[in-house]
Amino acid sequence: MSLGVNEIRRGLAKGKFSSVEITRDYLARIARYNPTLNCFISVTDEIALAQARAADAALAKGNAGTLTGVPLAHKDLFCTDGVRTSCASRILDNFIAPYDATVVANFKRDGAVMLGKTNMDEFAMGSSNENSYYGSVANPWNTGHVPGGSSGGSAAAVAAGLAPGATGTDTGGSIRQPAALCGVTGIKPTYGRVSRYGMIAYGSSLDQGGPFARSAEDCALLLQTMSGFDARDSTSSEQAVPDFGAALGRGIDGLRIGLPKEYFADGLDGRIAAVIETAIGELRRLGADIRDISLPNTRLSIPTYYVVAMAECSSNLARFDGVRFGYRCENPVDLEDLYKRSRGEGFGAEVKRRIMIGTYALSAGYYDAYYLKAQQLRRMIKDDFQQAFTDVDLILGPTTPEVAFRIGAKTDDPVSMYLQDIYTISLNLAGLPGMSLPVGFVDGLPVGMQLIGNYFDEAGLLNAAHSYQQVTDWHLQAPELEA
Amino acid sequence: MTLKSDDIRNIAHLARLHIDEDAIDRYAADLSSILALVDEMNQVDCSGVAPLSNPLDATQRLRDDVVTEENQRDKFQSIAPDVEQGFYRVPQVIE
Repeated sequence: MSLGVNEIRRGLAKGKFSSVEITRDYLARIARYNPTLNCFISVTDEIALAQARAADAALAKGNAGTLTGVPLAHKDLFCTDGVRTSCASRILDNFIAPYDATVVANFKRDGAVMLGKTNMDEFAMGSSNENSYYGSVANPWNTGHVPGGSSGGSAAAVAAGLAPGATGTDTGGSIRQPAALCGVTGIKPTYGRVSRYGMIAYGSSLDQGGPFARSAEDCALLLQTMSGFDARDSTSSEQAVPDFGAALGRGIDGLRIGLPKEYFADGLDGRIAAVIETAIGELRRLGADIRDISLPNTRLSIPTYYVVAMAECSSNLARFDGVRFGYRCENPVDLEDLYKRSRGEGFGAEVKRRIMIGTYALSAGYYDAYYLKAQQLRRMIKDDFQQAFTDVDLILGPTTPEVAFRIGAKTDDPVSMYLQDIYTISLNLAGLPGMSLPVGFVDGLPVGMQLIGNYFDEAGLLNAAHSYQQVTDWHLQAPELEA
Repeated sequence: MTLKSDDIRNIAHLARLHIDEDAIDRYAADLSSILALVDEMNQVDCSGVAPLSNPLDATQRLRDDVVTEENQRDKFQSIAPDVEQGFYRVPQVIE
């Protein structure tokens, strides 16, 4: 099993199997392995089979779309019309979305089959998937370890072959970090490339959707469906979307790749550094021109990010008030009690911490010291990247400072969890595209390499990753699963 | 910046979050450690740097002021906790 998106597409086109057959295979794998892995919050069997039957009819008639009949999973943060969209929160446990996110609608348009909705950190706040109302997700490579987060369910589902591809969102690394920890390929596009309409908001100036898959080639196909201008997202970009698949295969001879010295400094596991060095050697053999660069404000990206993200989340999550949808507390004595207890009982501890920090940072007397200061640092971080991109075409480094840690290892210390995002969050502050691809193992757990591109150069990232994957097979490794 | 239990009660009120009394000290410690991390920002002099709110420095796109949504009140109210005759019900606000 464990086919890729493009393999399934070709198999369907050649009639090697039907969409109903392959969809049933995935549903059977989910039934077998999900009790251990907990990748899915909801499995949408009936919808999947109905969509698969429709896909088989379209394939028979010869009017298939680019993904007709291909089963995929959506992070449970994308609104799905008529299907529970929980954001892994008690406050939305009973929320049946009344409309489709643009990303979901795009996948329907192109014929994809929805297997279900994947587990995540509540409201995408977390780096381990332990902050879910529905419980932790297990890393398929070692079920005692975390899959990363926040899109941990999507990453683990792809790694375990419970879906050939899945959607995720990335506010500070929530696609790239779990992709790294689960040994799959994931890309966070440029801010504005993928519509945020119907994507439940965390930090609106940082949030961006993107795909997980087994290869860069598969990610290119999924990203094609996800991308494009959407009038319903006020920050959607009108930049033309290139053919990502057509950009693959042009090679990387002469490509200038920068290594930020700050990404290889203290805090990085030396064994990860060694694995990344080997991958850099492969890229050099493919003709890449490797250069040393500096991103001097890297260290400040963590405090900057947490002020910006928490301020935005405190504002975004004000809408969950127990009045129009979602959880409402029992027997409220007055309106204020209704708000406070519905939110207090509906949100988990990490969400409450972030709302409170954000509320504090935006409160009278503190705004300049926190939010304004963070926005100034944000520009300095962006300027660092722009300076670097005058000398290089891509930037490369580790995706994470450690491989997947044990479940429970960091739950008592929010700050040590935040430090996991050191290499990923600056891209969200700058709005740049980045991706993670598997390049080896440490202690039997996957190591991810991050590639960072200039604005709207997803094609360049995918091409570089594809070139690497043409001469290596780390992306083809699959874990042995415990049923 | 160290937050005390009264600060937590005040912030929780501003955020309209009920926090159990026996959890207040824990939140005070957690939030203080997050603020200690955030205070690293103060090492840098940012005077003269223009704040960046949209990463692409984009400005808000405007559209014509015309109705674009259709009325779906019944669908939206079908997922509400308490409705009556097309209204959302909450505890009495005005005596």
